[in-house]
This record gives sequence, C-alpha cells and structure tokens, in this order.
Amino acid sequence: MFVARSIAADHKDLIHDVSYDFHGRRMATCSSDQSVKVWDKSDSGEWHCTASWKTHSGSVWRVTWAHPEFGQVLASCSFDRTAAVWEEIVGESNDKQRGLSHWIKRTTLVDSRTSVTDVKFAPKHMGLVLATCSADGVVRIYEAPDVMNLSQWSLQHEISCKLSCSCISWNPSSSRAHPPMISVGSDDNNVTYSGKVQIYEYNENTRKYAKAETLMTVTDPVHDIAFAPNLGRSFHVLAIATKDVRIFKLVPLRRDSTTSSGPTKFEVQLLAQFDSHNSQVWRVSWNITSTLLASSGDDGCVRLWKANYMDNWKCTGILRGDGSPVNGSSVQGLALNTPGSSGAPTPQNSVAGAASAGRYETSKKTNSLSS
Amino acid sequence: MEEVDVEPTTTLIPGVGLKQKHLGFEWGPGDILVYETNFRPAGERSGCPSVHVVRKDEDIYSPILRKLFNESHHIFVGLQNITEDVPSKNKKPQFVSISKNYRSVIRACMEELQHVAGVTCCAHLVLFVLRLHSQVSILLATELIWNLCEVLFIDAAPAGCLLLHLLDWVRLHKADVDEKAKEVLQSDSPTNHLAYWDVPSGTQTLTEFDMKWRHWHEECDRCLQDKSFASNPHLETICKILLGDEDAMLEHKELLGTWYHFLVSRLLFSHPTVKPAELHYYAKSSMDMFLDSRSVPEPLDSILLAAFEFDLHQVIKDCSIALNNWWFVAHLTDLLDHCKLLQSHNLHFGSNLREFLVLEYASGLVSHHSLWQLAVDYFDHCPEFGRVYLELQLERVPLETERKALKVLRICEQRHMTEQVRSICKIMAKRALSNNRLGSALSWSIRAKDAGFATLISERFLQDYCTRGSFSDLDLIDNLGPAMLLSDRLTFLGKYREFHRLYGENKFTEAGKLLLSLMTAKIAPRSFWMTLLTDALPLLEQKEVHIYTHTHTHTLSIKSCVFVCVFQGEDVETAKLELLRLALARNLAMAIVKEGTVEA
Repeated sequence: MFVARSIAADHKDLIHDVSYDFHGRRMATCSSDQSVKVWDKSDSGEWHCTASWKTHSGSVWRVTWAHPEFGQVLASCSFDRTAAVWEEIVGESNDKQRGLSHWIKRTTLVDSRTSVTDVKFAPKHMGLVLATCSADGVVRIYEAPDVMNLSQWSLQHEISCKLSCSCISWNPSSSRAHPPMISVGSDDNNVTYSGKVQIYEYNENTRKYAKAETLMTVTDPVHDIAFAPNLGRSFHVLAIATKDVRIFKLVPLRRDSTTSSGPTKFEVQLLAQFDSHNSQVWRVSWNITSTLLASSGDDGCVRLWKANYMDNWKCTGILRGDGSPVNGSSVQGLALNTPGSSGAPTPQNSVAGAASAGRYETSKKTNSLSS
Repeated sequence: MEEVDVEPTTTLIPGVGLKQKHLGFEWGPGDILVYETNFRPAGERSGCPSVHVVRKDEDIYSPILRKLFNESHHIFVGLQNITEDVPSKNKKPQFVSISKNYRSVIRACMEELQHVAGVTCCAHLVLFVLRLHSQVSILLATELIWNLCEVLFIDAAPAGCLLLHLLDWVRLHKADVDEKAKEVLQSDSPTNHLAYWDVPSGTQTLTEFDMKWRHWHEECDRCLQDKSFASNPHLETICKILLGDEDAMLEHKELLGTWYHFLVSRLLFSHPTVKPAELHYYAKSSMDMFLDSRSVPEPLDSILLAAFEFDLHQVIKDCSIALNNWWFVAHLTDLLDHCKLLQSHNLHFGSNLREFLVLEYASGLVSHHSLWQLAVDYFDHCPEFGRVYLELQLERVPLETERKALKVLRICEQRHMTEQVRSICKIMAKRALSNNRLGSALSWSIRAKDAGFATLISERFLQDYCTRGSFSDLDLIDNLGPAMLLSDRLTFLGKYREFHRLYGENKFTEAGKLLLSLMTAKIAPRSFWMTLLTDALPLLEQKEVHIYTHTHTHTLSIKSCVFVCVFQGEDVETAKLELLRLALARNLAMAIVKEGTVEA
C-alpha cells in the first residue's frame, strides 16, 4: 500500500470523522472546529472543497451521507446535544462555475439531553430514517415521511438502553427474512460486568423495537460497532471495537409458532478476536463486500483483517504514521511505490527482489543503468 | 498442511503521528482514507491535519498492463464458454492452447514494458524506469511459473516428453535472461549427440530409447576413462558434463544461472527418462547443490519447487502471497479448475478456492473507471457469490453521465437485477429533479416505475403550465404511451396535453370529448378544475361546430355547480364563473333546439 495523495483538510481543530458518499465521489469531514466540509472529487482524481460551514456549537463527532436516492443529504451529530440534517441546494450558475455549493439545515433534532455520540441513516429500503445515540443512554429513531420535505422529521422510537451509548450500526440487510435491526454499543465505565452490546429488532405486530440480544461476553467499554454487508446470507456478522477487535456471527434461530411473537432469538458465535492493537480499539469498519475489516487502535495503527477461503481470519496489512513532522509541500501527485517507504521488505516485491539479486535481470536493465 | 503466518506489511504514512497518536480511517472505492486524530474526547488537540488517500494496487492504473487485463479477460470468457459435453481428457489440447494464449499475453506485455523502459531516458524518470523493470521481472517470473505449471499439470507430459518440455522451458527463459549465455549454451549444446534423440515422434518406445541412451552413456564413460580427452581439458569437461557429472556442471555455475537450469541439465545428462513422480527428488537436491548454504531460497524458488513436487495448492498459496495482485493466481487457478485438476489434487474446497480468487481479482478491477466492465464477466462466472457481489458493486459505480448510467442499467437489466435498476433510475431522477430538469426526471421516474415520484413531477409540470401557460418537454409528454398509466397524475398530464394538441389541430369535437372525460374520470387534481372549466368555455361558444350535446352540457353544468359549491368562499374568479354559466345556458339552449329538430 502507498499514499497516493494527501489533501490539506484545513480544519482548525481535530478531525473526528470522514465519510465517503455512496459512490465515492464526494467526501464530508467534521471537526472540533464545529464545522463540516464537503469535498468533491474531479475526474482527474483531485479533491476540491466545495462547501465549508459551521454546523454546531460544539465539536462535531460524526457526519454521514444519506443514500443518493434521497438526494444530497448529510447528517451530523455533536457535543452540543443536537443532531442536524443538511441538504444541498443547487445554486446559481456562477456558484457552480466557482465550484461551490450551498448546504442548508433542514432540521435540528434536539431531543437529547447529552452529547450525541453517533448518527446513522437506516438502509434505504426503510425509507428516509435516521438513528442517533447519546451519552444519556437513549437511541432515537427519526423518520421523514415526505422525502420531498426534509424539514419534517418525526421521532418514531425512543429506545432506552440504560447505559451511556457510544455507537450504533444498522443491519444493512434488505432481505424480507430480516426485520429492521440496529446494534448499540456502550462505553459506560460506571457499570461493569454487563453486556455492552445490545441488539434491537423491529416487530411488525407491536410496531416497536424490542431487544433481541445482549452480548454478555463483551463487558469492556465499546467504542465502535459495525454490521457487515449481508451478501445474501441468512446470518449476520458484527464487528466490535472494544479492548480488542471482535467479530461475532449471529445466527437467527428457527422459531416455532408458539414463540412467533417477540424478537428473534440468536445463536451467538465468536468468529475472531484480535488483540494485536495491544490496547483500546476505537474504530471498526467493513469494506463494501465485507471481505476486509479495518480497525484503529491506541497503538496508532490501522489494521486490515481478512478471511481466506477457509474462513480463517488474519491481519493482512498495517497503516501507521511515521511520526515525522508534516512537510511543507502537499502531495497531490502519484507517489511511486518505493520499497523504502515500508517498514519491512514487502513480500510483494520479493519476487522482483530476485531481480536486484541479479538472477533475473534483463540485459536491457544493465544497459540503461550503466549509461 | 499448516498455514504459515506471513507477517503483514506495514505502510508508513509520512507526516502523521507526531501530534496526535490515533489514526482515523474511512473505506473508499479502491482506497482507504486515513487522518491523524484523537479518539479520546478529552485529549490534546491541534488543527490543520491532512487526509491521506492510501491505495493498494496501482497495477490497474498502468496503461501497459491494461492490455494484459483486457486480453486475458477475453481468454477467460472464451474458456468459460467451452462446453461441458466433451470429457476433460479430450479437451487437453484446447486447455494447453489456452494456457499458451495466456502466456503469450504475458510475454507481449513484458516486451512492451521493456521497450518503454528502454526508450525512456529522462533523468528524473529513473524511479519510473526502475518500476518498469520491476514489473518486467515480476512478469518474467509469472510466465516462468505459468509455463512450468503448463508443462507439469496441464500438458502433463509423461516420462520422455517431460524432459524435452522442461528443456524448452529452461531454454525459453534462459534466452530471455541472457543473450550471451544463449550463445554459449548453443555452442556447448549436445545436439551433436542428439542424433539418437528422436523420441517425440514416437518412432521408438521409451524403453528402446532408454537402452540406446545407456549404450551411448557407457561409451562416453569409456572415452573418459580411457583418457581420450586428456590432452584437451576443455573437451574433458564437456565429456564429464555429458555424463552428468554434477561437480563439473557446478564449476560452470554462472553459465547455468539458476538451479532449475542445473536441474534440467542434470536430468538431460543423467536421467533423460525421468518420470513426473521422480522430479521432486531431483529438484530438491539440485536446489540444495546449486544454492550456497548461506543463501535463503527466495519465494520464486519455493514456488517452483512446490510445482516440481506437484503440490498445486502450495503453488497457488505461495503465488498469492508473493504477487501483489490477484491476476495471476485467479486466471491460473481458473484454468486448472477447468482441467479438473483441483479436485484430483485433493482440494475439496477447490472450486471454492477458484471462486475466491476470481472474486478477489474482479473486486480489484471495479474501482477503475473503465476496467470495471471487465469485472462483470468475472462475477458472472462465480456461481455462489458472483451475483451478490455484482449487485453490490454495480450499485456503487459512479453515475457521472447519463451515458454511463445507461451502460450500468443495461448490465443490470440483462441480469434481471430489478432492485438495482430501480435504484439507479431513482438516483438519476432525483438528481434531475434537484437540477430542475423535469423532463429528464420524469423519464427516469418512469423507468424506475416509481409512481410516487412520477406523480410529484407531473404536479410540477402542471404547476409550471399554470404559471407559464405552456408545457415544457412536449416531446416526452406527447410520447408517453402506456407509461402514462404509472400514476393518475401522470395520466392526467398526458391526456391534458393531448387535449391541447387536439385543440391546436382544430379537432374540436375530439378535444371537447376528451376534456369532458377528464372531468368525469376524477383524475383531475382539484387545483385544475377551474382551468378545465375555463378550457371548456371556447368550446361551448363554438357556433359553427356543435360540440356538446345537451347531455354533455348538462354534465358540464353539474360540474360547474359542484365547483362553485366546493370553492365557495375561496378566491374564485367570479367573472369567469359568470361567463361560464352564460355559455352553458346558451349551449344547452342550442343543443335542445338542434337535437329537437328533425333533419329534413
């Protein structure tokens, strides 16, 4: 792996979240400087900031994009106890020429009494639905019934988790066999020995969310949680960032007619557990096809985890800062894959490494180097 | 068989990690974004960090390698389409031919890379040239391995032919590597003594050949013992080599260059009838003899050794680790699977392995702006997960232009991916609507079969008509056809426009009838009632042509009364209403008179 490009983000304070849009052509960053910036990728691959505006009166923790079926819509959440929904307005033609766009606030969600720690849109098949979680231990689910009028959101559900919440993840499965499901992680330090991951499931009959499962084996504070893309499987895969990285498999148990009411029961299996970060793990996230999981920890590394065709999980790559001061020039061009930039001789060059040993050299190479 | 844990590679991000110790990240299409941050909320803070784009595989961006991807895609698709009815063993020549095709594609690419490296002479492009050479070396090694796999597994030459194929293999690669060595090899070539060697033609059996060879070998040996060559040390050395004296051969290591050249030479001069099953013993010992005790076998050596040991799985595994992208292992494994070799080598997960590798390779292509289309065919030929992978990836293809959107749609429609079709059309419709391109928004909504959106857009059209007095996108609305039925509002829009068209063409009777049916069918939005009634006015006033019968007029009167009742108290143009009442009355009178009169 190599750094292809560096973008000067220009935030005046720490960046807390970066979010790609669905197609990977736009990016949103949010910061403790209370602003959100939106970046657009040009055809040549360069990133330009097309909007930057103050969104909250406190640090902005997370920013996330709605599905493009709903237009260009962002949601942000903040220490200021609110979450907000933003929509891009197509501006005047001279704005477009200058490469700028306008975002306006459609609504502020003020129901939380404490810092709102996460905000996530539900899968698109559920409509325009948003969930937030707060340090007050409540998960709130909002819906915009009229997708053409984003200023109208109604609070549909309030789920009291009884523990301070740090993260949420919607199950992306749109299969009819799977009712809407949301997982909640808690970083509550005050209550030990209780399961810090809860899974809630929507019930069509009661039209409410009910708790389906608590992962009792996860008792340390949880900082991030992520359902894997479903891939048409009958079971669910959930990654958790806690004192280590854990991957769980949740298999829905077949229910007989007597227990058909109430949430699904699951068989919970631990697929993998990695403590390579040697410390707290703060973020976990799946790639699109759920073949790779990335995690970030207190050791300052981002680690990539992959399962082979035998379903054995291994670390396949590590990203780490080199601890050097930032150099003045911003690199927007392609950096070549120089072996020196890696900490150790890279295996992918070991076949070519033989070239330098002189055994597989082409005669031309000798000529060009000696000239 | 133990899974060896390979140390993961560490990539350092320059300029990160000094002020803040955490690394935030975000997955993207073909890349991962990383940035310096601090996840502990109360931590020390600082500003102006950069966001770094980290990529894994740059090969897909190389314009020269692109030919490799394009052409091998063509071969891959051809291979998948070979019919199943012919038994595998009869298809061997076909598979060998396909294997040679793959190899020629690799060689062509290699030659082009060498050419470019040769003609590039700018000083500041030294890194670029070095990279080209590195790529050439990798392709060289790739072709070397593939060729050996072809000889051992696909062609599966028996004893006798085996050595000749191995000789070709070594010669081909030696020729690549060292022109000078080639000359020397030819001058030292035992071809003079190969008069006995007409084995491939099958004119003699292996045993006959073996006997002749032994006879010749004994003669050579006698010459050596007789000291016939004592006067000429050079000739003596040659004779020793011909007799398979390993020490003599090893003295000329630099000519041999590689341990596998040594291996083939050994076999040539001491065991020309070697059987495939015996190969691994000679391979291992050749490698041990040739390499210094100090030098560690390199990955390429391990891969070749695994091939000589007929350990297919090890070959694939080692190649997956050693090579940066999945191209090689995916295509080779796919070919071996078609030859039914993965099963016969006890890989019960064989077809899973093939699919796993092909999916990996194709997933790597998807983020490329044009190569993504190649990926489609690879996914198509992965029976278990191909479809769901394709659905996930197609949804994410950026729709920068209508043309690209249509391309993606065609792929989805061909595969009956109805949800993806609907979603893409909806995204395009929403985008068009946001940009006020109503016509485009409407046609995308129709394609998405999205009644709700179609209704919304039709309303906008009608509102536009009310404000401007004319329709936009007439072409589209005039040619809706059966799509009109998607939503009531859309039907109304289409029919109302038709009314205007008929009126414009002076087809008043038809226009009148249509207008009446619009009012009676109850699909007219309430906001439009006044407009419709107003539209009726001129028709009622027509003197020459009698449009409305008294029944019609009766209906119209009722409608207008209803209208008045409903909108009582609202801001209604009373003057217009009066005119309407007058016109209705007059029309009714005329109708009664006309209908009452018997035509003479």
